[in-house]
Amino acid sequence: MNNLSVDHWVRIKDGKIIVDGEVVFASEADIASFLKAAFKFLNIKYPKFHKMDRLSKLGFIASEIVMKEEAEISEDTALVFSNNSSSLASDQNYQESIKNFPSPSLFVYTLPNIVLGEISIRFGLKSENVFFIEDEFNAKLLIDYSAQLIESAKANKVLCAWLNLHNVEYDVFLWLSSESHKKEITEEQIRKIYDADYD
Amino acid sequence: MKNLYLHEDCIISPLGCTTSENLKHLRSGTTGLQKFDKSEFLDTPICAGVVNSEVLAEAFSAIGDPKAFTKLEQMMLLAVHQILIKNPDLNRMETGLIVSTTKGNVHLLEDLGVFKKERLLLSNLGEIIKDFFGFGLKPIVVSNACISGGLALAVAKKMINAGKFNKAVVVGGDMLSKFIVTGFNSFQALSETACKPFSKDRNGINLGEAAAAMLVSDTPKKDSVTISLAGDASANDANHISGPSRTGEGLFKSIQNSLKEAGISSEAIKAVATHGTATLYNDEMEAIAITRSDLGATPLHSVKAYYGHTLGASALIESILCKHMMLNNEIYPSLHFNKLGVSKQINVVTAYQNSINLDYVLKTASGFGGCNLAMVFKKGGENE
Amino acid sequence: MPIMTDLHTELKASIIEQLNLEDMEVSDIENDEPLFGDGLGLDSIDALELIVLLEKDYGIKLTDPKKGREIFESINKMADFIEANRTK
Repeated sequence: MNNLSVDHWVRIKDGKIIVDGEVVFASEADIASFLKAAFKFLNIKYPKFHKMDRLSKLGFIASEIVMKEEAEISEDTALVFSNNSSSLASDQNYQESIKNFPSPSLFVYTLPNIVLGEISIRFGLKSENVFFIEDEFNAKLLIDYSAQLIESAKANKVLCAWLNLHNVEYDVFLWLSSESHKKEITEEQIRKIYDADYD
Repeated sequence: MKNLYLHEDCIISPLGCTTSENLKHLRSGTTGLQKFDKSEFLDTPICAGVVNSEVLAEAFSAIGDPKAFTKLEQMMLLAVHQILIKNPDLNRMETGLIVSTTKGNVHLLEDLGVFKKERLLLSNLGEIIKDFFGFGLKPIVVSNACISGGLALAVAKKMINAGKFNKAVVVGGDMLSKFIVTGFNSFQALSETACKPFSKDRNGINLGEAAAAMLVSDTPKKDSVTISLAGDASANDANHISGPSRTGEGLFKSIQNSLKEAGISSEAIKAVATHGTATLYNDEMEAIAITRSDLGATPLHSVKAYYGHTLGASALIESILCKHMMLNNEIYPSLHFNKLGVSKQINVVTAYQNSINLDYVLKTASGFGGCNLAMVFKKGGENE
Repeated sequence: MPIMTDLHTELKASIIEQLNLEDMEVSDIENDEPLFGDGLGLDSIDALELIVLLEKDYGIKLTDPKKGREIFESINKMADFIEANRTK
């Protein structure tokens, strides 16, 4: 089986953005102000960002940061994402709107994989997509699936993510994997990055 | 790469609680859709595929207490149960469990009733099925819009190839709710009458509820013809989060990649089981992707006018139907098609056929988020 | 040229709010500017949301999405339609 390496990773939690081990951005942890400030930090013009739901905004910010490191982005960069709460935060907003006028712009975000569409549009990725729902972060599933995609030549790189939003609590870990003949990532290494505290 | 062979299956839908009941209705062209002037979902008329709750609860009471499980859970558990009773020797400790749903128990957002709020989590749905039957492995839950049911088969194939297990039960389901129905209604996507896939006068989708399950493995049946998933591929349109691509880009790419993996060219495909939701844009997009793939003359159908769009169950149900069409040399007709209503020439099957050899069948699906999926099913024996 | 009414301003403000046009202000939207395509760059989901806005704020039920395309051409067109059809 092919080995996978981690090219770059980003962790978003408690008002902080950590890239490859380094805190690159910190603001208030409150999700509304964090998302606003983090988007400003990206320093890009992308009006569609403001229309996204919070889950998509988190995924967008994380992928933007990792993809910025890429000299050339291949359209065959697959997206293998996972979380626990699916799109529950947006589901609740839409459910609220049903009482008066069901809102189409809220309804469209009531699927976890919409963020995969947003990221694909941003980077022109016409690639394999999958969204898994797990009770907790499961690095093994993402690694195994990515390895299969690369082995069967369905992707040359894979953007893997745990992208969870539970009410207003966000927990994001995203990394870019590619085939490697030298370094191999292990579940333990991925888990360690996820579990670490970054100050 | 190991192949994925399709074994026992079960469909729970308005057309019946066994696959054979479902097939009987498909052969005779009987729909599971019903018109409702007013419903618990919407004040205005809808046409939908609704599973009778009382009939379901009665069937379910043979294996569990209907009050302790939601309608969706009852449907999914019943589907899995039927597979397990036909495979009493299956080692549940080593069999994978892959669950596909788009919205799970989202109806509980309005009223939890007797259930705890954990029931809203899709991972919990996986646990419920696992615990009910005593599966040993952690369930894998796939929620990727309307391609989920087919994608779950592709996931099973990858996990088998990764050495996680040799056999898996794949189960998919979604139920109707005010949430889903008002949502599609706010998209002005619903037809008040039975949907007409690919037809000139089509005016939207019908929604439906259903569950399905299938046993898959890395080995064919002994001494008989077995259908396998020879190729699968998904691709995003990278175009719009709710509207299908005008060029059919993602679906075209999915079809090409799935043919490549199956090691065949499009001429080998004998029939196409489309997504065919009967919205203006989906059917047009699909027709473009199909003709771009040189499949314009290949017989094709959509079964949405039997079931409605059953979301996370649809692509799994339709894969099961592909399997039976191939085993029985038959094609179930598309209902309500009158005049071609897409810009490309395609070959919609409107009458039941039962003497057509289907070596290879292509299954397509597309969904919100710009996702597309294509699967190539192959007929083969043990010694292929 | 039509006169800038309160309705025009009100519409612009609710479009900005409803459609999350974060970086825009009322003064950024011209009365005769196309709302879709090259103008404000609204898309099909925005059009659906505008249909909800017509019903919610002005009591107008739009059942034919094709009609929406004409009405949502510009703020002027929308305001004219609302004046002629509003029930609240």
